[in-house]
Amino acid sequence: MATNYPASRPGSGKHTLSVLVENRPGVLARISGLFARRAFNINSLSVSPTERPDISRITVTAEVEQIPLEQIIKQLNKLLHVLKIVELDSSTSVERELVLIKVAANEHNRSDVLEIVKLFRVRVVDVHPESLTIEATGAEGKLDALLGLLEHYTIIELVRSGAVAVMRGPKALSEKVVGSEVTGR
Amino acid sequence: MALPTPLQAFSALPKEGAQHEKQNVSGEQMTGAQALVRSLEDLGVTDVFGIPGGAILPVYDAIKDDTKFRFVLTRHEQAAGHAAEGYAVSTGKVGVAIVTSGPGATNIVTAIADAQMDSIPMVVVTGQVGAGAIGTDAFQEADTLGITYPVAKHSFLITDAQDVPRVMAEAYYIAGSGRPGPVVVDFTKSAQNSPMYYSWPPEKILPGYNPVEKAHGRVLTEATELFQTSHRPVLYVGGGAQRADAGKQVERLARLTNAPIVTTLTARGIVPESDPQVLGMPGMHGTVPAVGAIQQSDLLVAIGTRFSDRVTGRLDSFAPTAKVIHIDIDPAEISKNRKADVPIVGDVAKVLDDLIPKIEAAQAENGKPDLHAWWDQINDWVKKYPLSYDEPTDGSLAPQWVIQELSKQADPQTIWVAGVGQHQMWASQYIDFENPHSWISSGGAGTMGFGLPAAIGAQVGSERSFGGKKPVWLIDGDGSFQMTSQELATAFQESMPLKIAIINNSVYGMVRQWQTLFYKNHYSQTSLHDGELSVGSLPTEVDTAPIPDKQNYDVPDFVILAQAYGCIGLRATTTKEALEAIKIANSVTDRPVLIDFRVWKDAMVFPMIPAGSSNDSIIYKPGVEPLNGGEPSGVGTFSGTSPQAATPADAGSATAGTWPDATTGASDSAAQEEK
Repeated sequence: MATNYPASRPGSGKHTLSVLVENRPGVLARISGLFARRAFNINSLSVSPTERPDISRITVTAEVEQIPLEQIIKQLNKLLHVLKIVELDSSTSVERELVLIKVAANEHNRSDVLEIVKLFRVRVVDVHPESLTIEATGAEGKLDALLGLLEHYTIIELVRSGAVAVMRGPKALSEKVVGSEVTGR
Repeated sequence: MALPTPLQAFSALPKEGAQHEKQNVSGEQMTGAQALVRSLEDLGVTDVFGIPGGAILPVYDAIKDDTKFRFVLTRHEQAAGHAAEGYAVSTGKVGVAIVTSGPGATNIVTAIADAQMDSIPMVVVTGQVGAGAIGTDAFQEADTLGITYPVAKHSFLITDAQDVPRVMAEAYYIAGSGRPGPVVVDFTKSAQNSPMYYSWPPEKILPGYNPVEKAHGRVLTEATELFQTSHRPVLYVGGGAQRADAGKQVERLARLTNAPIVTTLTARGIVPESDPQVLGMPGMHGTVPAVGAIQQSDLLVAIGTRFSDRVTGRLDSFAPTAKVIHIDIDPAEISKNRKADVPIVGDVAKVLDDLIPKIEAAQAENGKPDLHAWWDQINDWVKKYPLSYDEPTDGSLAPQWVIQELSKQADPQTIWVAGVGQHQMWASQYIDFENPHSWISSGGAGTMGFGLPAAIGAQVGSERSFGGKKPVWLIDGDGSFQMTSQELATAFQESMPLKIAIINNSVYGMVRQWQTLFYKNHYSQTSLHDGELSVGSLPTEVDTAPIPDKQNYDVPDFVILAQAYGCIGLRATTTKEALEAIKIANSVTDRPVLIDFRVWKDAMVFPMIPAGSSNDSIIYKPGVEPLNGGEPSGVGTFSGTSPQAATPADAGSATAGTWPDATTGASDSAAQEEK
């Protein structure tokens, strides 16, 4: 038990948390501050509005041990603006991420890169005599595999949106969550 | 599907037009500042601490002669915060402080962090520059919200005057409910000056805040079973029981189960010390019976406590044979440091109220477990290892004796306050605590300078809630006291009969003790030169000639310092003087009395568990480790307590061998801050 912290260590399992928060100023600062203070290294964090104007949704992925993860969830629950936290299981949820990759590709190797694009069923969104920009969406594994192949060419620029995820089936996480009509602070 | 709305979560300020849509705009018209003062009145706040400043001036302008609360003006914002804490602990009410923006707000952050660590209910209102100036690095602007988030239970920013009553009602409720804590309300000057319509009570909108107070039945049944099948139980009671006012329940549980009670630093006095079932304080400077009982227990019942490293020592050898029942209102504390076999989330008093009848029923059916062998073992420790101390070898006073005498001579209703350091540990060990809410001390944060302002707050609380019938004694160190000594002015101006005992050993004693024990007597930067026995005070007449040898004078002279602030200053270097001074202090009723007790600088706090060590290596006094078979492994190699013997020649090897090297201990970096 004494070895719970730091929460994130090499070799820890990957977890995805969906955190519903009040859509109020400063909420994100509060949550990211908690991660930093409790030594919780996150792989990605994305935040966006939701189907309800009073609620924002934060998706966090992190490699962390189970016991410190429980502690982090409890600590998150103590924040007043946090309404609900769910750990999403990959078998019962859909997880996607968007990545934009600018690859150095000229007339000599462009067709090789396009071959990979075709194989992965991703799209080219910009072409330049010296580069190709590829847009890809998918789960983390697919994107990692794509990037692994593209590594053999020069990746000029890379940007990932961070994972977003929803539960499968007809239900919404925000069901039964009491929101706040106050959005002004 | 609704269209996405603007995402506010990033910014500090609300979007234009996001407000007023659903808000009630009927009521009495006034400014936001007036609404804040009115809200405090309507919340029933009777005492407020603080200091005015530019960005909070409208609020101070709204405090008038007929305002319903007493305002106590301190001399530093940190002191306003600690005073609010002392007030809250002594009365059980929410402490309130109002300070200005920028440096006013940053100054009070220490007190906010202290209140967070010790779960003290407090609302701090800070001024903030106008909403239009936020983010421009305006004069006296600080990101108070960002600074206080990590060290407060919650922080609010008010940019709209119409929000004032609701935010104040929410802040007050959050501070005092669930696990109590400090709540910050950052109040922009523009909102202070804006018109609003005041109505009370406002509707609180807190969808994300639902503290659990009552435990469900299953865990209570499991806890009952553990009680029935355990033969070495211990009730390990912490500050949470104090906050929940659960003294009576703890006492009933102890009577019912015949389990011994240990009380942590923040729970001292929850059950009277004279009770034979109370074994004293556990932890780093705890008693041998308390530490021994925890270590050898088979059932550890943690009641409103958080398994602090000061109590557990090395976690993997803490109470190794015990099953753990953990009762706490904060779910995040359960299994944080030590896995709980039976986790019970709820208000300690309510949980015990529900648990006791279940145990009674089980005992009626199956009888009580036999604890005779357990009590034989405990009584053996109690008999063999009472608190004891070495007499000074230089003719000065023994600090432990001074504190014992203070306790003996004082009114039994006395509220005791301490700073942080050796004197705090001695006070915790040697004062006879007979009442709950009568011991105010900075535990988790260990904030030196906490004492005097907290004592001022306790005095205000005593006057408000107990008709001034509870006298307040502050036991402080010469180092700790100097961190907030300017508050003597506050105490004098408010006609407070505070009694202040400076346990003056002329050094940062706790740090020096560690230097003696772990750093080979290298006394780096711990001498204060304010209480040497052999030297005198500087002459008071004007003399511009160079001072020949500054080391020959005590600075400050605490007696003259007290007098400069209008207080009575006394000095005691002998037991006779000490007794006389205590008598005088107890008789004064209109102003503070300060006594400068000159004590032995080599006195050390024992028992002691070195930081990062197992509780089993508790040292009763140098050379005696009762839980390691009575005799230590390295008898003779340790000579740390008698620095007279530790001359420079042998200082190098004096402590090596028996003590873990504090400089390499991984888990004790925090401990090294201790003073």
